[in-house]
Amino acid sequence: MELPPYATTGERIWFYTFRVICGLIFFFLIAPILTIIPLSFNAENFFTFTPGMLALDPDAYSMRHYEDFFTNSQWQTALRNSIQIAPAATLLSVSLGTLAAVGLSQSHVPARRAIMAILISPMIVPLIISAAGMYFFYSRIGLQGTWIGVVLAHAALGIPFVIITVTATLVGFDNSLTRASANLGAGPVRTFFKVQMPLILPGVISGGLFAFITSFDEVVVVLFVGSAGQKTLPWQMFIGLREQISPTILAVATILVVISIALLTTVELLRRRSERLRGLSPS
Amino acid sequence: MTSATDPDAYTGATPDNAIRDADRAEKGPVLAADGTPLKASLARSLRVQKLRALGLIAPLLIFILVTFIAPIADMLFRSVENQIVSETLPRTVQELERWDGESVPDEETFRALAADLMIATELKNHTRLGSRLNYETTGISSLFRQTGRDMDEVGEVYLDQFVELDEAWEEPETWMTLMASDDWLTARDQWATDKEEAEAAQDAATTAEEAIALEFTTPEPDFQLNQISQEALPRTASIYRQFAQVIQSEDEDSPSEEEPWAIVYQALYEDLTAGRGEGYDGDIAGLLTEAREAVGSFEEVPVREFFLEEVDEDWADPEVWGTIEAFSSPYTAGYFLASADFQLTPQGIERQPEDQQIYGLLFQRTMFMSLTIMFSCIVLGYPIAFLLSNLPVRTSNLLLILVLLPFWTSLLVRTSAWKVLLQQQGVINDILVWIGLVADNNRLELINNQTGTIIAMTHILLPFMILPLYSVMKTIPPYYVRAAKSLGATPFTAFRRVYFPQSVPGIGAGCILVFILAIGYYITPELVGGTTGTFISNRIAYHISSSLNWGLAAALGSILLALVLVLYYLYDRIVGIDNVSLG
Repeated sequence: MELPPYATTGERIWFYTFRVICGLIFFFLIAPILTIIPLSFNAENFFTFTPGMLALDPDAYSMRHYEDFFTNSQWQTALRNSIQIAPAATLLSVSLGTLAAVGLSQSHVPARRAIMAILISPMIVPLIISAAGMYFFYSRIGLQGTWIGVVLAHAALGIPFVIITVTATLVGFDNSLTRASANLGAGPVRTFFKVQMPLILPGVISGGLFAFITSFDEVVVVLFVGSAGQKTLPWQMFIGLREQISPTILAVATILVVISIALLTTVELLRRRSERLRGLSPS
Repeated sequence: MTSATDPDAYTGATPDNAIRDADRAEKGPVLAADGTPLKASLARSLRVQKLRALGLIAPLLIFILVTFIAPIADMLFRSVENQIVSETLPRTVQELERWDGESVPDEETFRALAADLMIATELKNHTRLGSRLNYETTGISSLFRQTGRDMDEVGEVYLDQFVELDEAWEEPETWMTLMASDDWLTARDQWATDKEEAEAAQDAATTAEEAIALEFTTPEPDFQLNQISQEALPRTASIYRQFAQVIQSEDEDSPSEEEPWAIVYQALYEDLTAGRGEGYDGDIAGLLTEAREAVGSFEEVPVREFFLEEVDEDWADPEVWGTIEAFSSPYTAGYFLASADFQLTPQGIERQPEDQQIYGLLFQRTMFMSLTIMFSCIVLGYPIAFLLSNLPVRTSNLLLILVLLPFWTSLLVRTSAWKVLLQQQGVINDILVWIGLVADNNRLELINNQTGTIIAMTHILLPFMILPLYSVMKTIPPYYVRAAKSLGATPFTAFRRVYFPQSVPGIGAGCILVFILAIGYYITPELVGGTTGTFISNRIAYHISSSLNWGLAAALGSILLALVLVLYYLYDRIVGIDNVSLG
């Protein structure tokens, strides 16, 4: 989109106005996230820029909120819980999800649409309804307030993402490769791990990352299904925001932003690699 | 049948020979290499393929059905379930079928209520029932709690009179003879012997560990009624059995050592005055006959009067009885009616009083805010998607990161950012004051109201609008707009008549996605919405964790779920589920 040399004055004005408008919207998108980063280094217990910070006075900045995060036992317990729950849930949803995605991408699957609708449903149903249903049902069967219950709930929430990314990767999968492998004498299991898996691995990993972030970022379901023993990082942040608001939250938020930048980069790299790989495979 | 002139002279099942055989056979079915008809062979291989696919899907499907679909089904069930009244007050519910709906019920109904409440109190169920009915008529909770405290007095007057007649009525053993079945008595004796032996062995044990290992933990066999008294004295038997159950399960005691509750004597009095008990010919028939002859001259204290005069005069209120009757069926539409600001009253379905009509308002507000958020997302998302799809790939990929970063950032991070920015002493107000747009003593209220929710949620959901729009706009060929311009259209007309209609599917997809997500949001409205900026989902959470009215929460959830499913169906028709893109 470039301004042609014959553009009228009106078009010129609109061209630049449009760019300014877009710039403002991008600012709206990104500024809130960027603002909290400097605020998290605030030396005071304030949520706004102190005069000292604006004057770039080094004394007005400090790492005290980060120190608090790494020394406060409540935050550390929450971090530990998050680190224990998210990988377990991810492992569960990735292993079951990949298997099912392979099954779903075969040419003859009875009731494919209905099965797909059921498997995708955790993504569609509003979280508060999932949380309510799980709370009622899990307390009936004694899973409410247990570690297992939270992991199962989070795995269920992560499964649609695994299914979607892995089936998307399998769409371009060349089935003659598995036939060739079978022809050369490999069993289905060996074919899966030696031929199919390396090719769909980018999809599996990015599905896994989605599942991980879903669990790691999830707060509604864990609020209901979990008990104090399963208090995760988002839960602790939620309490902090609702009750005793402390700038430590901003330090945690900054750390999470850094983590999400890292994840975003990983997913993007994987996507490119997947495209490159599939571009190489004959179609 | 194989030809010896085969190029490789190979006899047996090869594809070539099969085709040749099939050719030779005049009308026979086409055969596969192994000689079976090709059709059957193909059908079999298709079946194997289907089974293998299902086998791969099955573990996940079962997992989702158990961890996710079953909970949703449970919630739907809870939204209509109402067994607590008929389970806790079975006798009363039955008696109330005869009630005219206006007057104070008769003595029989009160007798049934006393029996039900006595048992409920012992099982500590009456407070639960009280709070359940309190959702419908306020005051019932305290009425039940208070009534529960007085229940052991019902029938005391008869207890005294029976004992005065013959002291044997005080003995648990008399009741055992009257009520217990022979089988049970034998089983209990056996159990008692076992227990004694075990205790003797335990006493003989030399070490503490041994004694613990020998401890006798088997409970007494469950009490059983005998057939005769069940037929002869139905009421007494029914209450005595529940008495025995409570004694065994709650108190872990034996009915053979406990004097029955006063209410049992009340039931016995009722049975005998009604002329029952003649059929009894067991061991203590004499005692019973003596009692039957004496009850006529017993001093009578009607239960109805006791309730109305001693317990609480609220029991004369037809409203209370009406509520019990209205909610006596095992399934109720009451929760759904409550979600729509109606209530189930003894007189039928009525509108809630004006000041209690909150759910209509709440649904309206949820709709209004979701729509506002959706429109703000279109207004902000459309230019961005347009810009991204018209820039060179390299630049647009770079700018796309600015969209994806918020998308990937934790929801709570974004919410806390807005909480910090929008406060009265927050960054935005500071800047506005600094510029001079707003006076320092007149800072804007941007948080804990609808404004806060709308701003924060627009920001959170904007990527969900931009991404589908962008993917649609990328496929719009630029030469259509150029052609329109070269045919004399002004840029605005070209956009309006040519470009915009082609981008409508993207708008549709984005709108439904944003709307579905917005309508069920909980965290952000909870944190920045205050009291006026909250959604229906916040009310659901409130009913689950604070007011404990789970049925109402389930009904509200079911309505919301139905709404989302309808929208999702539309989304599927317009966009297709398989096209859900994750950026």
